[in-house]
Amino acid sequence: MNIVVVGLSHKTATVEVREKVAFAPTHMEKPLHALVALDDITEGVIVSTCNRVEIYVTTRDIAGGIARVKRFLADHHKVSLEWLEPHLYAHHGEEAIRHVFRVASSLDSMVVGEPQILGQIKTSYGYAAEYKSSGIILNRFLHKAFSVAKRVRTETKIASSAVSVAFAAVELARKIFNDLSDKTVMLIGAGEMCELAAKHFLNNGVRGLMVTNRTFERAEKLADEFEGKAVRFDDLFDQLHKADIILSSTGAPHTIIGAGDLTEVMRRRKQKPMFFIDIAIPRDIDPAVNDVENVYLFTVDDLQEVVSANLQQRAEEARKAEEIVSQEIGQFFKWLSSLEVTPTIIALRSRFDEIRRAELEKTLANWKDLPPDGQKRLEALTNAIMNKLLHPPTSLIKKAGQGGRTDLYVDALRALFELEIGGAAEEELGELEE
Amino acid sequence: MNAILFYSTIAVYLLAMIAYLAYLAKPSESLGKNARRLITAGFIIHIVFTLDRYIEAGHTPITNMHESLSFFSMSVVGVFLFFERRFKILVLGSFVTPVAFLLLAISAIFPTALKPLNPALQSKWLLVHTVVAFFGYASFAVAAGAAAIYLIQENLLKKKRLGGIFQRLPSLNTLDEINYRCLTLGFPLLTVAIISGAIWAETAWGTYWSWDPKETWSLITWFIYAALLHGRLTTGWRGKKAAILSIIGFFVMLFTFLGVNLLMSGLHSYK
Repeated sequence: MNIVVVGLSHKTATVEVREKVAFAPTHMEKPLHALVALDDITEGVIVSTCNRVEIYVTTRDIAGGIARVKRFLADHHKVSLEWLEPHLYAHHGEEAIRHVFRVASSLDSMVVGEPQILGQIKTSYGYAAEYKSSGIILNRFLHKAFSVAKRVRTETKIASSAVSVAFAAVELARKIFNDLSDKTVMLIGAGEMCELAAKHFLNNGVRGLMVTNRTFERAEKLADEFEGKAVRFDDLFDQLHKADIILSSTGAPHTIIGAGDLTEVMRRRKQKPMFFIDIAIPRDIDPAVNDVENVYLFTVDDLQEVVSANLQQRAEEARKAEEIVSQEIGQFFKWLSSLEVTPTIIALRSRFDEIRRAELEKTLANWKDLPPDGQKRLEALTNAIMNKLLHPPTSLIKKAGQGGRTDLYVDALRALFELEIGGAAEEELGELEE
Repeated sequence: MNAILFYSTIAVYLLAMIAYLAYLAKPSESLGKNARRLITAGFIIHIVFTLDRYIEAGHTPITNMHESLSFFSMSVVGVFLFFERRFKILVLGSFVTPVAFLLLAISAIFPTALKPLNPALQSKWLLVHTVVAFFGYASFAVAAGAAAIYLIQENLLKKKRLGGIFQRLPSLNTLDEINYRCLTLGFPLLTVAIISGAIWAETAWGTYWSWDPKETWSLITWFIYAALLHGRLTTGWRGKKAAILSIIGFFVMLFTFLGVNLLMSGLHSYK
């Protein structure tokens, strides 16, 4: 049995293409049932996120399976296969396993290390489990993918560092204050990045938000939006001591906060630390503010440097993660290969036994003066011959199973002895696996 | 037996120190766990060693340089383990275990022989006075350790060098908090040590206070920490200022403990 992956992602298709073949999460039953109803497709899982659409199936015939799934994807979304085909990739065997492990570990994501993808695959698998389109192999496969992703997350620092300026600001604040739940953020001025950073701080549980602007109405509007408190610009220095984290991005041509302004502010705060983030160009806050005791001033450039360093670190961590993925592939592939071994051995044995019995019956039917224990002795003899003959191929294929390389032997045995391996043997094996 | 326990403690502290330093260089969960296991094991052996010596000597084994340094080292580890458990700051061990190991290693240099107790020290006050004093010293030592990390961290933050070491060390607030908690633990202990010492002096020598160098320097230490705590509580001497002062306080305390005994002569100069 082979695992096949067919799909497209942000790497192969633009958003216009991706949205045409996306599956709605609320309507997964039909496509999943249609997928496993295809010829020679035994199990199927559909993963659909805004950055990728992927279908995982198990099939006997790799080339046929890939073609059928591609056709399914085009037909289901009523697009022409000729148009879709150039955007699609298809993997089978070890490559398919590697691909899914990498996707789950967020190594194939647009922002490597982003944490959402694992949850999205889990949800997709949830649908497949609910509508029973996945079976022994894909169940095991995806659970393995989840555990690989978990290993990557705990053993590498791939997701541990901030890769956006807003998030870097939150992380730095934690390095100063530790706990943000009793901290207040003040926004001076407005601007996209400023508001984004404010949102990040609110999501990370700061207690309150103050907004000030030269135009008080704008401050009020923004304060409403964030459920914060508007402060008149003239009252800035009266209120500043209440803020722990200050995000500033006014259009002022000169600095609005100088080091001297902070003496009184710090006295009123009893020297509790302050964290200034200056997003404005030209700067709003005098660089000398950084020299005031217990005050830390960062500009966007400083934060950008943190982000670049983190991105570089992520790239290094990604290499470690790839190694983990490689290790795990071998293990899973071994299991997958071993799935083929037992049914093949069972089929081979029953084929031999069939022949033996048939020939034995023929002989016994015409044998008039058979001694009393003759039948028993003939049974024993034929059995012994059969077992001796079967021993070397059986042990060889079992050994190959442990190395994960069984295709050659399994295919050869099947062709040589015209073995037919039905679902029954595999089901039996599935029970053994449980 | 006693010597075996002693050298086992040194060996385990050394291993713990190596583990903690390795953890600082390259943090990993298992390394951190093992480092903590080592220091905990060392601490237990150290306690057993101290109890064994107590039984053998028949009195509190804090009567000479060897015993004092060893007890100091044990108290430092004890206070560290207490705060480590509360704040979950493994990396503090990278700064505290070297101190504990060094103190214990130095104590090995001094004569270890058990001597009959000086009649002046034969009192139930010996136990209270010395144990309380050393736990006070240990709290100040850990406070100074947290302060040292604070200064490193604050310097990195001001200079915007936010690389590896910055990421591994705890937040400024946590360090400041540990420093403060250690001071609020150490200061009452030091106060009790001084008061119990005065009462003991009265019963032993007939006077509460005789301006013995140890007494004088203890009082100086007490004033430094009193000023620091007062500043913290009222005018917001926090962060860098508090860190520097608690490091100064630690060195004065160290002089009170070691300098006075080794360099000056007085009622406390047991050697």
